[in-house]
Amino acid sequence: MSYWVTLILKISIPFVLIFSLVPFLVWLERKGSAYIQDRPGPNRAAILGLRLGGLLHPLADVIKLIFKENIMPARAHRFFYILAPGLALFVASITYLVIPFAEPTLINNELFYFQGAHLNIGILYILALSSLGVYALLLAGWSSNNKFALLGGLRSASQMISYELSLGLALISLIMWTGSLAINDIIVSQTHLPWHWNFIFDPIAFLVFFIAVFAETNRTPFDLPEGESELVAGYHVEYSSLKFAMFFMAEYVHIIIASALMAALFFGGWQIPFVSSSFLREHCSSFVFFGLIFTACFLLLLGIILITNNKKIHYKDLRDFESVIMGVFLLLLGLSCLVYVLLFGKAPLSDNAVIWITAFLQGCVFLFKILVFCWIFIWVRWTLPRMRYDQLMKLGWKILLPLSMANIIVTAIRMIITNG
Amino acid sequence: MADYLFYIFSFITVLTVLLMIFQKNPLASALLLILGFFSLAALYILLHAPFIAALQILVYAGAIMVLFVFVIMLLNLKKTVSPPDTGWIKKTLIFLVGSVLFLFFVFAFFCIPETLFPAVSEGFGSPEKIGELLFSKYIIAFELIDILLLAGIVGAVLLGKKET
Amino acid sequence: MTLFPVTIHHYLILSALLFCLGFIGIIIRRNLLIILMCLEVMLNAVNLTFVALARYYLQEDGHIITLFVMAIAAVEAAIGLGIVLTLFRNKESVRTDRFTAMKG
Repeated sequence: MSYWVTLILKISIPFVLIFSLVPFLVWLERKGSAYIQDRPGPNRAAILGLRLGGLLHPLADVIKLIFKENIMPARAHRFFYILAPGLALFVASITYLVIPFAEPTLINNELFYFQGAHLNIGILYILALSSLGVYALLLAGWSSNNKFALLGGLRSASQMISYELSLGLALISLIMWTGSLAINDIIVSQTHLPWHWNFIFDPIAFLVFFIAVFAETNRTPFDLPEGESELVAGYHVEYSSLKFAMFFMAEYVHIIIASALMAALFFGGWQIPFVSSSFLREHCSSFVFFGLIFTACFLLLLGIILITNNKKIHYKDLRDFESVIMGVFLLLLGLSCLVYVLLFGKAPLSDNAVIWITAFLQGCVFLFKILVFCWIFIWVRWTLPRMRYDQLMKLGWKILLPLSMANIIVTAIRMIITNG
Repeated sequence: MADYLFYIFSFITVLTVLLMIFQKNPLASALLLILGFFSLAALYILLHAPFIAALQILVYAGAIMVLFVFVIMLLNLKKTVSPPDTGWIKKTLIFLVGSVLFLFFVFAFFCIPETLFPAVSEGFGSPEKIGELLFSKYIIAFELIDILLLAGIVGAVLLGKKET
Repeated sequence: MTLFPVTIHHYLILSALLFCLGFIGIIIRRNLLIILMCLEVMLNAVNLTFVALARYYLQEDGHIITLFVMAIAAVEAAIGLGIVLTLFRNKESVRTDRFTAMKG
């Protein structure tokens, strides 16, 4: 395929993936928080009677936000007011380009990288972009012509720049050990064995990074700037319909990128635990065979459980037959997997198919790790209370910064001792 | 292709700096300067200096200009009103002096014989090469910059303290 | 436009232009913050010169010096802004023509 076609595909496929994870994450947050707080959560939005467990609520949210009144405060500075949410979303949506989704492989005797941009300064690019995210908050707070917004914006910006330092310093010890700034090299150096992954090798860096990335994305316990009860929603108090939706989306995209970074830098990224890439390539057809059988069994079981779930006829419309419809759908999927397995069995796959299936499996594992970390973000938000501003600043400057600096020195000493 | 990019980005840089100098609103000046730093970083990438380009965005556009924007917001500086900054006599004189300086520079720069850029090797401008140089040849300067940064931090904190 | 391939002179003229623009900005404007920003423009012009010459002579020493200039510019901006804050606290203005206490 030509150069431009592959480039456009490499840029657009992760983009579409990330932006379709955002509504899923909104749903996960609302349902997850509901189950943590022992209530059923959103389950009303429906299309033709199908509720899908509340998965249509993000769609309803978007439609509601689009149709809200588009307010422009009286003496707000027009240009900056409109620029701020656009800048936030722009910075959030170009960060994914340096995150690899699968191992670079030789296709047509040329190394094919599964990331949008193969830079040799990968992590520096992400740090530079997170420094730019501060401007969106500052401009939003300033241009709203509202004292609460200004205070919230300044607080949020100062919180972000304080924790950016600890973030960068925590990553330096990792970069020192790996010897390269590219994220792909860091993932390759953590081999497929889980005890070689960086969260065991450098736990302090992981801890500092974990805490700092919560502050960078303005999530609880560090969300004082946008806390509803403290500062009346902070820097986005004057934003209404689509502009607020842009801030909202930008925050969730930041969460996804932060989870992707944690998964990539500390938990082996696209490495499947205990399965190295060469092993996967050799035994690809048997992986596909057993994987499809397993998926088929799982889907068939789920489908049969859903169909035989006896509910009383309560609503007298399509909502009663919801589980039957979903069950039939899953049953059909499982049957198609079973049909494929029966037709092709363990037939050896062509080289090209092996490469793409390996990449697909590694991408799926990476996506699973991203979702686990997104769930951890949501879990922490609804478990921990908010930190006060001075406690937040004290944590960032007096505890995390010296800790990460000490970690650099300790890593340097370890490198000298082990490498000689 | 690289030639077109050079002309585009140099035009953007000069335009943003020109606009920045003549803005009445200091926040607009700051944002235009950030745009100028971005196009300068693009020029650095064209010059095969990716590390310096990333640092330009990190340090200049991401830290120094954030400081500027913070101060503008803390001091609540709005659009400046009249009186104008300088009279037209002084402006034309300064413009003449500036162009004489520019012509002097151009004359000095033409001492380099006119050749194109030589071909660049694989790892030119990569962080590895810069790290090697920084920690072997320029280690003393590196340590002195450290001390300077420490002095700067202490000075800035001291200057920012409110008098109680 | 490969009729005019980009040579080292193009970059040097660009950085000279930026330097002179920054210089003109410092003399013309009276707002202290704009003066500091034009100072940053001058430093960036010098950075561009160093990086272009590093590319021309194929030595990364130019990049190292650029790093040092960036670090110094950061310190200078921080201290300069601290001074601006202190001046503002005393005089409630950032225009240079208000600070005439030591005149005459």
